[in-house]
This record gives sequence, structure tokens and C-alpha cells, in this order.
Amino acid sequence: MLLEGLTKAYPGVVANSDVSFGIGEGEIHALLGENGAGKSTLVKMIYGLVKPDVGRMVLRGQPYVPAKPAEARRLGVAMVFQHFSLFEALTVAENVALGMETPPPMRELAARIRSVSEEYGLPLDPGRMVGDLSAGERQRVEIIRCLLQDPKLLIMDEPTSVLTPQEVEILFRTLRQLRAEGTSILYISHKLEEIRALCDEATILRRGRVVGTCTPRERTAREMAELMVGATLGTPTRSPRPKGQVALGVSDLSVASPIAFGTPLRGVSFTVAAGEVLGIAGVAGNGQDELLLALSGELRAPGDRVRLNDHAIGDLGPAERRRAGLVSAPEDRYGHAAAPDMSLTENALLTAAIRRKLTRHGFIDWAKTRAFAEEIIADYDVRTPGPGTAARALSGGNLQKFLMGRELLQDADAIVINQPTWGVDAAAAASIRQKILDCAATGAAVVVISQDLDELLEIADSFAVLNEGRMTKPRPTQGLTMDEIGMMMGGAHGMEVAHHAEA
Amino acid sequence: MLRLEKRPNPSRFWLYATPVVAVLLTMIAGGLLFAAMGKNPFEVIRTIFWDPIFGQFAFYLRGQLLVKAGPLILIAIGLALGFRAGIWNIGAEGQYIIGAICAAAVGLAAYPTESRWIFPAMVIAGAFGGWAWAMIPAILKTRFNTNEILVSLMLVYVAETIVAKAATGFLKNPEGMGFPGSRNLSTFPATANPELFAGSGLHWGGVTALVMAILAWVLLSRHILGFQIRLAGQAPRAARFNGVNPNRLVMLCMGASGALAGLAGMFEVTGPAGQITIDFGTGYGFTAIIVAFLGRLNPLGIVLAGFIMALTYVGGEMASTNLGLPDAAIQVFQGMLLFFLLGVDMLTNYRIRLRAAGTTVKGAL
Repeated sequence: MLLEGLTKAYPGVVANSDVSFGIGEGEIHALLGENGAGKSTLVKMIYGLVKPDVGRMVLRGQPYVPAKPAEARRLGVAMVFQHFSLFEALTVAENVALGMETPPPMRELAARIRSVSEEYGLPLDPGRMVGDLSAGERQRVEIIRCLLQDPKLLIMDEPTSVLTPQEVEILFRTLRQLRAEGTSILYISHKLEEIRALCDEATILRRGRVVGTCTPRERTAREMAELMVGATLGTPTRSPRPKGQVALGVSDLSVASPIAFGTPLRGVSFTVAAGEVLGIAGVAGNGQDELLLALSGELRAPGDRVRLNDHAIGDLGPAERRRAGLVSAPEDRYGHAAAPDMSLTENALLTAAIRRKLTRHGFIDWAKTRAFAEEIIADYDVRTPGPGTAARALSGGNLQKFLMGRELLQDADAIVINQPTWGVDAAAAASIRQKILDCAATGAAVVVISQDLDELLEIADSFAVLNEGRMTKPRPTQGLTMDEIGMMMGGAHGMEVAHHAEA
Repeated sequence: MLRLEKRPNPSRFWLYATPVVAVLLTMIAGGLLFAAMGKNPFEVIRTIFWDPIFGQFAFYLRGQLLVKAGPLILIAIGLALGFRAGIWNIGAEGQYIIGAICAAAVGLAAYPTESRWIFPAMVIAGAFGGWAWAMIPAILKTRFNTNEILVSLMLVYVAETIVAKAATGFLKNPEGMGFPGSRNLSTFPATANPELFAGSGLHWGGVTALVMAILAWVLLSRHILGFQIRLAGQAPRAARFNGVNPNRLVMLCMGASGALAGLAGMFEVTGPAGQITIDFGTGYGFTAIIVAFLGRLNPLGIVLAGFIMALTYVGGEMASTNLGLPDAAIQVFQGMLLFFLLGVDMLTNYRIRLRAAGTTVKGAL
């Protein structure tokens, strides 16, 4: 596959500009770049979802101009999306059949799914309901759907974000097996260690342009990160601090999930001391959202199940919990943590009204609120014309910086954050992590829920895992190995034997 | 091919231009309608929009303007609070009727006593009646998750049946020689809601409407409760994250809009209408929905919109008596206003782009 001079402009932004690189047969090629670097647009062009303005593509010596994804698939290009397009109420085989132009009879299809899944070490029962599958298993459905087309080029968009370390290992073995059979793979990720372990070549995008190519094995992760960002990165620093009194305590917390296909919390217990950062890992959909709701006060429990500085707060709502000294930051920025159509000033008021005393007798002090919004914008380097801008006009990373600042500047005793740096570029992520550590250093108890293991290992003092709504006992982060973490995360969901034949 | 594209920031220009453009479009489409009915469109439009203010009978009609605008504004203010929070009270007409019945009942029970406490008691009864009628959809929504749009709308028809019953039965004038309708409250000093300045058309209802508009404006722009109302309407999950109790908000907004509608009914039955009649409900409660949107759900905008809508009422009546237009044509004309308003409103958040067909296909599989 050869790409030459691909350019695609949207109104107001050039997504790709003169992008050229080649992917050899049987090569795993990494596409690296921050959010907004133009990776998705490039991939959409290859997959026939978007037409390039300028430039051409060549597939195995033939000019390649896919008008739509179906044509791309016919020519041997398959793609596994980051967000699965599966129907939860249908079986695996039915879902696979839906993606085919001319699906064979169900029985035959089931047999083919079984044989492909065995051949590539991806165990999957074609008769199971997709709604019952784990995220890792759902991804296998998508992969097998692609493999059934016998692709020449397989595109994988952030495939490991939903997997446990063991599942990642199994996926990599499958990908290596495909490579050995001559399939080319375009692998998109910003997890640099994975790319070093898996990929043969890498192309790095920044602001829509190719800024470098390298052989990942010969570079360090830091070198590649700096190429991506175009600047040198700082490592968060933490000052050693004595562990304080227990600030936030949760004991035997069980709540039903308010979300469809959600996971209820089952007997979650932990304590966080003042100045301590507790990292909670786990594959998405294992109760992270529910835990945040239960801690923010949007879900209530018997009072003594959640205690803050030895006061029972489990039965209090979000406003009372903030008054008591607990602030939280949900994962979903557009619509949950922030009101997209409201200005940044109004969004600052949304959670900070109580602790920053932005109201008097219920009347809003808009001048003070605007000043607070400006303080966040300055302290957290939020790129925006001003506090009057609507939240939806900010990019995901910028808004996240604003929302992190809003919570972290409230001088709270306990802070709960779900996915602090999700979708945030590397430089901003580093600065957010630093701010979280700074808050802990001034005596706040911090709970960080994240799917980014590297992030948790970097900032957490203790480490626990949420799995199907249950939480493991927190352990000191120091001295934990990746293997132990993987076992805490529930291993590979019944895949321990997957690649037995090769091992 | 026309495409809609979401604006990154809501357009300030269109926020204010929308009502003006909608009124102009209504004039054009209405003019075509009137022309199709064989009338001179310019004459009809002039009769509706110009004559009530500057025409031959303006000295009388200007007063009528305030008489009509008062209840429209009062009801629309209450509705706007709910609409801002995403709570759709469509049954203001019913709350208006029940408020009038409750107020009239109190006044008639006191008849023929003369006391200056009777009128205030009637005000309270009117507000209470509207509030209680609005509580029915509110409680059903919070307890059983019913749709407040349907329940409040259906209750309008229940209220209309009750008011017909009241006029012919339990509130009927015993000295009315068998004619339906209650005693005329406006003829007794204790229960009357007279014009405050002769010929102005301003009565206590108009005063209340203006005071409420200011209070509502302060609430929405300066008070944390108003912020929570707007938040709940724009981002319900963010509102829960803020700590808003959705059920409490439903009770509050439905209750407030019901009470204001009840008040409007009270001022109407003691003033311009004077008595409970079979057809007491004249559609103020429904027209107020248009007024609320025409005023951009902004209390000060609603005051302006109330006057524009009153103009179509007063001018529409003129047009039907002088030019022989059917009432239904005037109602279609008013309906067009809401239609164009909602249509043009889209331009606040979206812009229209012209594009050659088929250049982009967006979205995943």
C-alpha cells in the first residue's frame, strides 16, 4: 500500500496535508499522533469513508480509489474500529452476517467463525449474545468479522484501550501470526510501549503532516512521544510525603446501575488517606461510571457506606458532598461534567458555586464567577478566546483542562476523577497529572479511575482494580509488576489457553 | 444540496433576529393566505398590525391591547420557566380556567359582603386553583413517569367541562333568570378588578404581569435556582451532577406556571370577562405558548411578544368584523407565527451550507 501526497481540508481546518508513506506486505506499520493530528481522517480516506482532496493511493500496484467502505472491503482493506458497531441483542454470528454483502447460511457461517477463531487463537462462540460478552470478546467479534474477508490490509484503531495486559498479549500474537502470513497491518495507537513491542515501522503525524518516520524498536518511548508533541516532555514529580489520616472511606458499597447494560457495584471497600493517590484500573464498563456516580452523590447509598473525614455522607446529594469537601470529575465532558451550550463562566459555576462561594443568599456573583473561570483558564493553560465561549466550542483536551482546573482549584479534602487525561494530548496530560499530584501534596485525598495503566503507575500511591463491579484490595503501587496487575484485572477472560499450540 | 452545520457558538445575531424574521415571514405567508381567500392582503395586514395602534379607533383599541396582553404575558412567563427546564406544561388553558373558577367561587361565597379582604382572598384562591390543577400532571410525572405534555393537555378539556358545569350549575347566578353564567363580579366593588386609569386597559392583572416579568428575569439571570432551571433544560445529566433534584424542579416549574395561569384567570374573571360563562376559556393558555417562544423564553422578550400577539388578537377581531375574515383564518395566522419562529430558530445554532451533492459521506458503518 502506498499513499502519496494525501490532503484533506475541512472548513476551517486542514486535517491532512501532503501525507505520504508506504506499508510493505507483511508489515505492521504504526500510525502515531496526538488527538487531532489527523490519524482518523487519514484512516477514513483509506477505508473509503472520506475522499481525499488531493493525492493518490496505490494498493498492490493498482490505483486505489475506494468510493465507499464496501468497495474498500472488496479490494481487501478491513478495519476494526475503536468503538464497536455491534448489536447487543444479537448473537455473534448474526452480527458478523450483518456486515457481509452476501452472508452464507447461518450454520455454515458459524462453522467458519469457529475455524477462523481457532486458527488465530481468538476463542469465540458464534451462538452467544453480544450483550453478554466482555469488551475484549466484542473486539474479537470485530476482528473475526474482518478476517473472514481475508484482508490484505487490516486497519486497527486503538485496539488495546479496552483490553487487559494478557488480552493485549494474545491480540499481539494474533497480529504477528497475520503478519507472518503476509497481511499488512496499519496500527493506530498512542501507547508507545505497545508500538515498540509490535510494530516494524512507524509514521508520526502532527497537525496533519508527517513529521517523521522511525523504526520503533530502535527508539525509546520518550523519543517517539517528543516527536509526536514536537516538544520535550517533563515527568511529573512528586515530593515524598507522610501519609495522613484517612480522609475518604468507602465500606461495602453496593448500588444498582442506572445505566442500561451497566454494571452494579458489589461490595466495594477502600480508604484513601490525606495526601494519598489511589489509582483504580479496570477495563471500561466494569463499574467505573457507577463508582463515580456513587462517590459524586448522583447515586446514593446508606449514609455510613461513604465517609468523609469521619462524617457519613453516603446519603447526601452532590451539592451537600461538595459542601462537605468532596469534589468529583466525571468522564463524559459534553453533557455530564459540563453543559455544552453554556459558557465557561456558567460551567465554572456548575460545580464551584458552593466551595468558591460564588453565590450570596442564592444570588449569583457573576463577576466573581467570571474571575474564577479566568483563573482556571490561566492556571491550566486553556486555549480559548475567553470565559464567555460556549463549552462545546472547545476541543476535548482543552475542555478537559478547564474541567480539571475547576475541580482541583476548589481546595477540596477529597477529589474523585474518572479518566483525567482521556483524549488529552501528551503535554496537557502531563501537566494535568502534575496538578493532581500537587493537590495530593497539599493534603487532598485523590481517587483516580483510569484505563491508562501507565498513567496510574505514574501517579498512584496505591493501586486497585474494578472488575465486574467488584474491587480488589488496594495494594501499594511500588513493586507491582505488569503481570500481577493483569491478574488483578481478571486475567484474559478465559483466554489463558488461547495460543497454547504455539507456546 | 442544502446541509445544516452546527455552529461552534450560538449566533447572537440570530438569537435576536429570529422573532423579527418570523413576524415578517408570517406577514408574507399570511398575506398569501388572505389573498387566496379573495381579500386584499395589504389591507388585512394593515388592519391587524397598524390600525389598532394608529388607526381611527386607536383610542379604544390601544386599551384593548393591554387587556389582551396582560394575561398572555402572565401565563407565558410561567410557561417559559418550565420550558427553560425542559418541562412542557401545555395545559395552561386548563389552569387558567380552574384559577378563575376558584377565585369566582370565593368571591361569590362572600357575596354580598363588602370587605377589602375579599379581593386578596380571591387572588390567593385563583393562584391556588391554577397551582393545584398543574400539580396533577406534575405528581403523575414524578411518581409514575407519565408524559406531562399529554396529561396537562387532556386536563384542559376536563377544565372546560367543569367551567361549563359551573356556569350552568353550581356557580349560576340565582337572579339570572335561568340564563347560564355567574353573577357579574366586576359590578361589585369588593370583587371587581377595574381599570386603574380610565381608557388605559391596565388592571391589576397587567401590573402583576409586569412585576412577574421582572422577577422572572432576575430569577433566570441572577439566581442560582434560575441557573439550575436553565441547566436542567440544556444538559439534564449535568444538572444532576450539579445536585438538581429533577422531581423537585418539575413540581416547582409546573406549580409556578400553574399558579401564574390561575392568577391570569382570576384577573380576567373579575375584570374584562366579569363572570364565569360556559365558554370562559378563550385560548389565552394556548396562545401564551406562542408568546413564550416568540419572546425567546426570556421574560423581557415575552413582554414585547405579548403585545405583538395582543395586536393580532385585537387587529384580528377588527379584520373579522370589518373585512369579513373568518376567525379560523386569524387563528391560522397566529399559528403560522409559531411555525416560522421554530423554523427560523434553527439558525441560532445551525448554519445552512450549499454543497455539491455527494462530496462527503460521514459517519461509520
